[in-house]
Amino acid sequence: MEQEIFNAESYSKMELLRFTTAGSVDDGKSTLIGRLLYDSKSIFEDQMEAVKSSSERRGDENINLALVTDGLKSEREQGITIDVAYRYFSTPKRKFIIADTPGHIQYTRNMVTGASTANLAIILVDARHGVVEQSKRHSLIASLLGIPHVVICINKMDLVDWSEEAYNRIKNDYKQFASKLNVKDVNFIPISALLGDNVVNESEHMDWYKGSTLMYHLENVHISNDHNHIDSRFPIQTVIRPHSDEYHDYRGYAGRVAGGVFKKGDAVTVLPSGFVSKIKTVEFAGKELDEAYSPMAVTMTLEDNIDAGRGDMIVRTGNMPEISQDIDAMVCWMDEKNPVRVNGKYAIIHTTRSCRCIVKEIVYKMDVNNLHKMEDDKDISLNDIGRIKIRTTQPLFFDAYNRNRFTGSFILIDEATNVTVGACMIRS
Amino acid sequence: MAYNINHLNELESEAIYVMREVAAQFEKPAILFSGGKDSILLTHLAKKAFFPAKIPFPLVHIDTGHNFDETIEFRDYLAKKLNAKLIVGSVQEAIDEGIATEEQGVNASRNVAQIPALLKAIEHHQFDALMGGARRDEEKARAKERFFSHRDEFGQWDPKNQRPELWNIFNGRKQWGEHFRIFPISNWTELDVWQYIAKENIELPKTYYSHVRPCIIRNGTILAVSEHVQAREGEEVKDMQIRFRTMGDATITGAYESDADTIDKIIQEVASARETERGNRADDKRSETAMEDRKKEGYF
Repeated sequence: MEQEIFNAESYSKMELLRFTTAGSVDDGKSTLIGRLLYDSKSIFEDQMEAVKSSSERRGDENINLALVTDGLKSEREQGITIDVAYRYFSTPKRKFIIADTPGHIQYTRNMVTGASTANLAIILVDARHGVVEQSKRHSLIASLLGIPHVVICINKMDLVDWSEEAYNRIKNDYKQFASKLNVKDVNFIPISALLGDNVVNESEHMDWYKGSTLMYHLENVHISNDHNHIDSRFPIQTVIRPHSDEYHDYRGYAGRVAGGVFKKGDAVTVLPSGFVSKIKTVEFAGKELDEAYSPMAVTMTLEDNIDAGRGDMIVRTGNMPEISQDIDAMVCWMDEKNPVRVNGKYAIIHTTRSCRCIVKEIVYKMDVNNLHKMEDDKDISLNDIGRIKIRTTQPLFFDAYNRNRFTGSFILIDEATNVTVGACMIRS
Repeated sequence: MAYNINHLNELESEAIYVMREVAAQFEKPAILFSGGKDSILLTHLAKKAFFPAKIPFPLVHIDTGHNFDETIEFRDYLAKKLNAKLIVGSVQEAIDEGIATEEQGVNASRNVAQIPALLKAIEHHQFDALMGGARRDEEKARAKERFFSHRDEFGQWDPKNQRPELWNIFNGRKQWGEHFRIFPISNWTELDVWQYIAKENIELPKTYYSHVRPCIIRNGTILAVSEHVQAREGEEVKDMQIRFRTMGDATITGAYESDADTIDKIIQEVASARETERGNRADDKRSETAMEDRKKEGYF
């Protein structure tokens, strides 16, 4: 067996790209992922053996690469992806986490889940059917969830004779629709996931296409600016107090930087109290750091002994977030039983802060096919997207979602069942 | 000015964020400690997350009675070194009490019998959150897990009805009697784990490194000979140079022939491996959905 020498040094310097895949039923999404894993040699022999024998049992003609990702019993039975499955692979350039999400409408909430942490979204469009309702819904979600990069993979090009015309038609249709969306970076790639064209290897059937393959794009898209490094935000998770002789007076604020840069000596304000102090140390596991930025997990100590705890936020003085009990947000509703209730009370988690809220108003429901605001239809049920106004029991410290995904997002929880029912993005 | 962090630091930061959420959101959290490298990694991360304070979690070990001696020795050594409380739940005890059944037959194992012993320990100590070292890349049912995985009052997992997990917001709210299983290193791969062990110089049981010991080959799998695994008729005991990629019960954990006796050699070996690390675990090979079936019942 051929063995490449593995370069541990370069591996430890790789960036991490998280991407999500979405498509309608039978768009070939699982096949695409199987293809990415297979052609990048990330499927192990025992996994391949298992897939081969399952394919044979099911009577599939070729090795069914979709079986690599569909893990649950009912998924294999129905041949669809039900839940988010996470897959991992790496190339010499990057390490990737795929959130493989269901295409079927009843699992849209799982798609939103996968999208919430992604840097990039792959949306599959069947070359024979063009841009359909599901492609629009998925694009809207990618846009709402602020995924910085979107790739439209026009799949099954083999079934339209590798036609440039079909590709251009879909590209133009999509552009027309997407002009109303807030996606900055969109790319179009014609592929055949089944045969592998333009996935990892360049296609020999589409000379007219001059762009890069999907893998090349994934390896090279610029992602270092996907975090906010301007507005300094540090939600406190927990306070570290060792109560030992050696660290008798130690009081460390533990958390993950949600935005901006923090350095020793910075003047900071603690919210909600408004106390002002200076950063004494930025440290991690006993080592002092020069600076900390998103998404680093660190511990900070302050010059003054301030009463601050979980749910409070340390910000750079003069660089304040918005502070309010009245929030205007887009919501993706996830409750199977009930729609959004006006005057309904919910528990809310925003950064590390938990409180309660009441829905004051449903402003509109959005028609995901044409992005129309339906102001006379205010029934926001499972998988619907709309705009709501809420009032919280305590002030939140936030930024608009399009400025910061961490401080601009919150979830709503049904207080009777404890289930997460709403994914919310704060409007600017 | 570039503010980049590499993928290992990002995974570390994510895991530490999750552990701090566990400490903040739950009353009685614990670390499920198997003695394997992934749970050893968890204790290391916990130490870093709460430094200079002590780890705010006890270690819970479900002892099947079929462990490698090295696993038990290392467990006791580590708990002492970390100054952590160690709680041991016994499968033998569960069998004696009649809440678990000893499997019979030639390929019997105590793998499934761990479930009642674990659920008993949870009830007895009233743990409301148990952290485990499971990773999504290990196995296809685990690929569907959340970081915060809700369990009902029977300890069951309902894969078709999992709570959506958005951004880095974790909803740990629950009814009395329910609990959570929490997987801080969900997004790590086997290679990430080894890279991190090398970078942080984390101590591991000797069984992970190449060594010579008496073995037999059964159904194509190399098993170490021990009190629990004896040669059957037609099986030949021979000294082999092996190492383990995972550590489960001696009765079901297959070894690999390997001369990787340093961490750098292990990393080279893992990077060029053509089989998954659980590919040699008899417990996963029982059926196509063996892991999913056990998880629904309350397995790790």
